[in-house]
Formats: sequence, C-alpha cells, structure tokens
Amino acid sequence: MTSQPNSNPVPKMLPHGHVGMMSVITTEIFFFASLIVVYLAYLGKSISGPTPEELLSIGLVSVNTVALLASSVTVVLALRALRASNQKGFLGWLLLTVALGAWFLVGTAIEWTGLIGNDHFTLQTNLFGSTFYTLVGFHAFHVTFGVCALSFIWLCGSMGKIQKKHHQNIEYVSWYWHFVDTVWIAVFLVVYVIGR
Amino acid sequence: MTDPAINPLSSKLHSWVTTADHKKLGVMYVVCGMFYLLVAGCEALMIRWQLAVPNNDVLSAETFNAFFTMHGTTMIFLVGMPILLGAANYFIPLMIGARDMAFPRLNAFGFWLFFFGGLLLYFSFLGGQGLSGEEGAPDVGWFAYAPLTSTTFSPGSATDYWIISLFVAGMGSIMTAINLVTTILTMRCPGMTLMKMPIFAWMMLVDAILILIALPTLTAIQIMLLLDRQFGAHFFDAQAGADPLIWQHLFWFFGHPEVYILILPAFAYVSEVTPVFSRKVLFGYPLMVVATVSIGFIALGVWAHHMFATGLSPTVLAYFSGATFLIGVPTGMKVFNWIATLWGGHIRFATPMLFAVGFIAMFTIGGLTGIMLAVVPMDWQLSDSYFVVGQFHFVLFGGLIFAVFSGFFYWFPKVTGKMLNETLGKWQFWLLFAGFLLTFGPMHFSGFQGMPRRIYTYMPNRGIDLYNMLSSIGAAVQVFGFGFFVVNVLHSLRKGKPAGDDPWDAWTLEWSTTSPPPPWNFATLPTIASRRPLWDSKHPEDPDWKYE
Amino acid sequence: MLVFGVIGIIFVVTEGALIWSLIRYKAKGDETKEPPQIYGSNPIELAWTVIPILIVFILFLVTTRTIYSLDMQEPPEGALRVKVTGHQWWWEFEYQDLDVVTAGELHVPKGVPVFVELRSADVIHSFWVPRLSGKIDCIPNRENHLWFQADEIGTWYGQCAEFCGTQHAKMLIRVVSEEQSDFEAWVANQKLAAPEVPTPLNGKEMFLSLACVNCHNVNGIMMQGGFAPDLTHLMSRKTIASGAAENTPENLKKWLRDPNSIKDGCRMPNMMLTEDQIDSLVEFLTTLK
Repeated sequence: MTSQPNSNPVPKMLPHGHVGMMSVITTEIFFFASLIVVYLAYLGKSISGPTPEELLSIGLVSVNTVALLASSVTVVLALRALRASNQKGFLGWLLLTVALGAWFLVGTAIEWTGLIGNDHFTLQTNLFGSTFYTLVGFHAFHVTFGVCALSFIWLCGSMGKIQKKHHQNIEYVSWYWHFVDTVWIAVFLVVYVIGR
Repeated sequence: MTDPAINPLSSKLHSWVTTADHKKLGVMYVVCGMFYLLVAGCEALMIRWQLAVPNNDVLSAETFNAFFTMHGTTMIFLVGMPILLGAANYFIPLMIGARDMAFPRLNAFGFWLFFFGGLLLYFSFLGGQGLSGEEGAPDVGWFAYAPLTSTTFSPGSATDYWIISLFVAGMGSIMTAINLVTTILTMRCPGMTLMKMPIFAWMMLVDAILILIALPTLTAIQIMLLLDRQFGAHFFDAQAGADPLIWQHLFWFFGHPEVYILILPAFAYVSEVTPVFSRKVLFGYPLMVVATVSIGFIALGVWAHHMFATGLSPTVLAYFSGATFLIGVPTGMKVFNWIATLWGGHIRFATPMLFAVGFIAMFTIGGLTGIMLAVVPMDWQLSDSYFVVGQFHFVLFGGLIFAVFSGFFYWFPKVTGKMLNETLGKWQFWLLFAGFLLTFGPMHFSGFQGMPRRIYTYMPNRGIDLYNMLSSIGAAVQVFGFGFFVVNVLHSLRKGKPAGDDPWDAWTLEWSTTSPPPPWNFATLPTIASRRPLWDSKHPEDPDWKYE
Repeated sequence: MLVFGVIGIIFVVTEGALIWSLIRYKAKGDETKEPPQIYGSNPIELAWTVIPILIVFILFLVTTRTIYSLDMQEPPEGALRVKVTGHQWWWEFEYQDLDVVTAGELHVPKGVPVFVELRSADVIHSFWVPRLSGKIDCIPNRENHLWFQADEIGTWYGQCAEFCGTQHAKMLIRVVSEEQSDFEAWVANQKLAAPEVPTPLNGKEMFLSLACVNCHNVNGIMMQGGFAPDLTHLMSRKTIASGAAENTPENLKKWLRDPNSIKDGCRMPNMMLTEDQIDSLVEFLTTLK
C-alpha cells in the first residue's frame, strides 16, 4: 500500500550491525560499570589481608597495557589494508593484533601466578581479592573472547575466505576490540593508579 | 527433512522448535508466559489461603517463604518479560513495515535461553535445599537481599537456582533488547521517520534501551553472589567488611528500571487500543514521546526509594524522594493524554477497551499511592508493609496484567485469524476486576494497621483479620476470571469467528496484512506518510499527514 | 494530611474525568462518521505538565523539611538510650546506661524520648512499632538509629519488617510504656541477678548441665551465652520466643519439648528432653521473675 505524496523523505537507515554492536557495547559498559563501582566502594574496606599498595606493581601491567592499546592501532591498520584489498597486509596486521592480545593475556596470567603462588592472594583472601579478581578477570575474559573472534577471522582469511566486501562486519568486531581496550584503560586507572 | 505427509505432527513441532521467525517466537514467548501466569497465580492462591485466617497452618513457614519468592520471581521474569518481549517480537516488524527482526537467529537463541532458564528455576522444587534444608525452591524473596542469601544463612542450593536460572533468562532478555533496538532504528519502512512510527514502537525502543542499561547490573551482582556462595568471595560478607547495602543499591539500580521495563509495554498496548476504540487519534503524540523518553531517563535515578528505611542520610533521602516525585509528572502526562483521547470520541466497550480503561483507572491509583510512598516519612511507616504489596499490585496487576489482557484480546484475531468470544471476555473482565479490587484494595488498610510483608502468618486481633479474609476471598473470585479466560482461548482457537484482516477498523500497519500474517508479513513493503497509514487510506479526503 | 489531600484531589479529578468521558462519549451505535480527530493542544498539554511539576515541587519541599526535622543523629538530653540488636528471630534490648539486658519486651517510661541504636547480629532486620514510629532497618556492619516517644501508657505491638528468614513472621516486639516510677521499678528488678529460689526438682542444676547456658545467659548463674535471649527475668515478660506464644508454664513445656512446635525452623535445637527433665526445667524457669 502507498500513501499520498508528501514531503517526508525516505529516512536513511543505519546498517543493522552498527546499531547491534553499539547495543552490545552499551550493555557491556553498564556491566563493567557495576564491577568498577563495587571495586571503588570496597577500596580500603578490607578488614585484613594485603592492600593494593602492597601487592600491585605497575611495571609489568604497564607493558601489558601498551600491548593492548597497540593492538587497537594494529586492528585499524588491518581494516585499512582489507579495504585496500591488500590481503597480505590485512592478515599481517590482524595476526599482530591477535598476538598483542595474547601477550596481554599471558602477561595477566604471569601477574596472577605471582599473586596467587607467591603472595597467596586469591579471591577468598579479602574484599580486595574478591573485587580485584572479578573486575580484572571479567575484563580478561572479554579479551579472550575478542582474541578468539579475531583469530577465527584470521583463520578464515588465511583460507582465502575474507574479501573486501566483508569489511563492515569485521569493523564491528574491531569496535568490540576497541571497547575492550577502553574498558582496560578505565580498569587500569581505577585499580593500578587511583587505587594504590 | 521430515515428510509432512508421513508425520505431520513431528514436522510441525520441528518447524516451531527450529524457527527464527519473529511471529512464531512471539507466540511461543506469550504462550510460555501465560502458562507461568497460571503457575504463579496458583502460588498466589496458596499464599492467600494460608493468610486467610490468623495462625493458619495450610503451609509451613518454609513452604510459604518459597511460594512468595517463586510467585514474585515467576511473575516478573517468567510472565512479564516473556509476554512483553514476545508481543514486541511479534508486532514491531509488522508495525514498522518490516519482514522480520534484525537478527532472527539471535531472536531464537534469546527465546531458548528464557525457556531453559525458566525450567531451571522450577526444577529447583525437585532438587536443592531451602533455608532450613527442606524445600528446594528459592525462598529468599524475589530480590534476594544479602546477607540472607549467603551460604551461612541459606545453605543448600535453592539460592543458586535463583541466581543461575535468572542469569540465563536475563541473557535472553538482553539479546531481545539488542534485537529490538536494532530493528526499530534500522528497519522502518519508507516514510516512517521516528516521529511517525506507532507509539508502541517508541515505548518498546525506550524499554529495550532500559533493558540494555539495567539488566547488566543484575547480571553483575548475580555473579558476585555466586562467587561468594561457591568460591569463597566476600562481596556480601559482613564479617569481611562488606556492606550489605551494596547488594541493595545495585539490585535496585536494576530493579527500579525493571518495573518501568514491565510497564512501558503496558503503556504501549493501551496507547494503541484506546484510540481505536474511541475512534480518535492518540492525543498529543509528540509529548507522549517526550514523556516516554523522560521516564526512561528518570527511572535510572530513583532506585534508592526502595531503601528509605535503611538509614540513608537526609540529603540522599531528599534527592531520591524528589526524583521519584518527578517521575510522576511524565507518567501523569500519559494518563491525561489517554483521557483526552477518550474525550469527544465514540467509545466502543469491547473487551480490549474494558481492560484498557480498567488499566487507566487502576494504574492511576497505583501511581498515586506510589507518590505517597515517595514521601519519605510516610514511607517509614508504609515500606515493607502490605500497603506496598497493595500499591505494586495495583500497578502490576491492575496496570500491567490488565493491559496485557487488553492487548491479548485486541491482537489475538491478528495472530490466530479468529475472534475471542466477547461474552466470555466481559465475564472475565468483571470477575477479574472485582476480584482484583477485593484482593488488593484491603491491603492498603492492613498496611496502615502495621501488617508487614512476607510473613507466613499473623496474630489475631491486631486489626488485620478482616482485610486478610477479604483479600483471600478476592483471590477465589479471580480464579473464576482466569477460568473464563482459559475457556475463551481454548474455545476460540477452534470455534472462534473468523477475524479477517482488520476486525477492529484500526489504523496501524499490522492490520493491513492477513490474519494471521504470511511468513513474509507483507506482499509488498509499504511506504507511509503518517502515523496512521490505514486512516489515510480509509479517509483519503482527510489524511493524517495534513495535521501531524 | 497535605499528602492525602493532594493525592485525593488528583484522584478525584483524574478518575472523575475518566468516568465522565466514558459515560458521556460512549458510542451510540448509530454514528456514521468518525468523531473529530484532535491531534493535541499545546496550551492544555502545557498546563498538565506545569501544574504537576508545581505540585511535585511543593510535595518535595514539604517532604524534605519533614525529613530534616525528624532527623536525630545524637540522643537529646534526658533521652533513654537503648541498643536493639536483631537476631534470627528475636530481639535483644540492651539499656547501655542502665546495665540491663533483656529480650522481646521493651519497657520505656512515658513522655521520655527513647533513642534507639539499631544493629544486627546476622541478616537484615527492621524494627517497626507502627504506633510509635516508622521503621528503620538493622543492618550488619552498620549502626542505624531511630527515636520515638510514647506519650501514653500502654502496650504497643510491632514486629520485624524486613524478611529475615524462616521465622520472620514471628519476630514480634512488645513495647510497654509506663509511669516513670513503674519503669524504674522494672529496671531495678531487671538489674538484679536471678533470685535464689530452691528448686526441688533440681531444675537449676539441670539448666547448668544440659548446655542451656551455652546460649542463654542467666545473671548470677552463668553468663557465657549470648546467642539466645537472656533469661534472667524471663517471667517478667508476657510472651516467649519473641512473641510467638504466651508466657505460661504449658507453653514453656511445649517449647522445651520441641521448639519447632511453636516456631518451626527456629535456631534453638530440639534438646530431646524427657518429660521429667522438662518439668524440672520449667520449675526452674518459673523462678526467674
């Protein structure tokens, strides 16, 4: 059915993936916000056990942070290569992104091994333990998910299945990746800078 | 592929179980939600039976505590959410002139998460251990305050069932919300700007955004509670220095928007039904939109009005009181808009309209008693008393459920191609209306007399005996109302009058296609010029777009 | 009253308009044309936005003023101070300045402000005696407070108002307000140790030997308990089990036979006592006046 002529233009619609991924990011923002709020509320409130000042060292984590932030740059470069139909460049930058993400995860694992093994600091130790592992842990979980997604794309790409026309969907994944990085900036500031 | 000629039932079942069609999923959501409505209604009946007289022993304390927990949890998460999201699923694409939702497979995934989450919650009756190790179902209240939910005070797995089942179902809700936001923002047909889409779509857009913002907080605290209970964390462990109010703040940051998530669709149904049955356009559409968006914003900032008795500072109390008063303004605007729509119309009192008018009347009362609760010193008396139980049932039953029935009677012909029986519908309405008033009206008074909530029995001669008896009689009356509903649905599915495309002479796009719609919804996707495309085509001499 | 008035007026106006329009504009069945389509009206919509905002503003000011005027952070001169601790599922009352500890029944002098410090030993409870004051929650790790003043003699009923578990419904409060002289007499009695009354059935020895003292304090006999109500002056209370039953020898026996018969799921275990043990214990308990 049609209606009478009118001066309303056909509204220009955003692609589904735009709104879909922004919705996902919105909901995740509030998830992390809740964890951060609880972390801040309990800062300094542990009755016993170690404090952030005693336990957390900013050195190793800073390196991890640089790696993660760099991976946001490399994923943009990967997309740019894909859009220029540069398969080799795309795969190369994407692999680097995955590697930097994996570096971050390995670095986190090293930090945690030290905390748990040497300092016997666990989720159960005190309030700080509970909030720290939950906040940093769920972020790491999201990084892992992102690394898996990017690896999957890389695998598909190395089998020749990714063309320039897929660039939009891959951009959505990259948005997720940027989001994970931004959350890390917030977590890093709250846990390792302000909190100590 | 099953050959339908050989085994028609199994292939039909297969098509439903594997569907990603928004209409089939919508039907499944609503059917499940209606089923749980009856289940939670039975739980309520048992509660009212136990409370009919003082010192009753129909239910033990443990069983009663499990029943009121399950009643609340079921009604909100397994009745409200699925029916509302299911109806949105069905009608949003039709109303905006689309063929399906933006992400059909995500849609299906979301449904099955809800489905299995619900099963898990009810499985708890068979497994698990409650507060004192007897009943399996959760018995900590639907809001599960810490530290009652810690393993110290709730050993056994009942609380874990609560956490995990709602976590799973909540994921489903978030997925549907993502789908709704995307669909509404990206799939409107040509000509349908945001200010020309049905008001139903605006309500669901704000609703879905609220879900995206509020539900993650519940997810976060559920995770924290599970970590406390199963992995030795200390989030809500007072002995480790934790503050039990953290649970409350975060829970209500979710919980208050949740009640708006529940009521916005009700506003949507009433806003669609009232104009059609008054034969007038919805009064004041632009300000309705503004009011809806305002409610969405303000709803995020009033959560601590559920915590007025927890010892907050006067400044905090004053802020939350003020914000709660403020949300009454856009809500009131909507009520006035509906009444103005009725005003000057030719009102037809078919069943959908009876329920819609019942909604307006009852929701107004619930809103006004809610304003009373926003007055902090009054709340210090009334909170956690039966006054609150009465108040929220006025908004959730007299409000939400009445609106659900309004929408159900209005859109059943579109979904099934058959009309529901008007006589049975009217019987249902009047019985429910009478039963509802009799059940929840007296609660305001027993609250004033000092009857607290969530008690499995009470002492005689404290001034509340009569009110409790009336409430329980009202519940019995409601049974008949629901009975008429079930009979009506079952009868009409088989023998209902054929509905045709547009039985109510309505104006939005879903009435332009067949009843039920074909899988592709529309033969050709429409182009529209106004908020009421079918009014334009029925009244070419006086189309809406001249006035909007 | 202002609130009731405002709500009442809004109710009458709104519901009245609704009902009026339903009656006046009911379809007559013979209409051929649709009624005039009114899309909106700026002045009307402005009015019903602005007027509610004004009403809300007034309510806000009145509410805020009342909140601040009721707020009392410190006990005033001459106030009676009581520390109330909520337990699952009984109330402990400690008069800090008077060195009195009791349970279930709170005595106060008439006409004197009572400043109550609220605490919890386990989960969240809420202290609510409707005729005397609003409720405030008892939250572990947190000190809340409220105050009230009983201006008449009487017994005031209340109960826990925050769901706290199985027997939340039977966590009752009795507040007895009395003349100053009666109150002082009550206090004096409460301060005394348990009277030395001979118990032919050896109830006192049984009380000591049967692990009762691990939970229940009796001043002058043993004070190592504290998890359960202080029983020193048990017979001075009208009820037992925080209001769950009247304080009679029959009910005491029933309670000792099986606490779950009166308060199912309560924290006192069934001590599996014989009838003889029960009789002698009750004989002892009834001496605790």
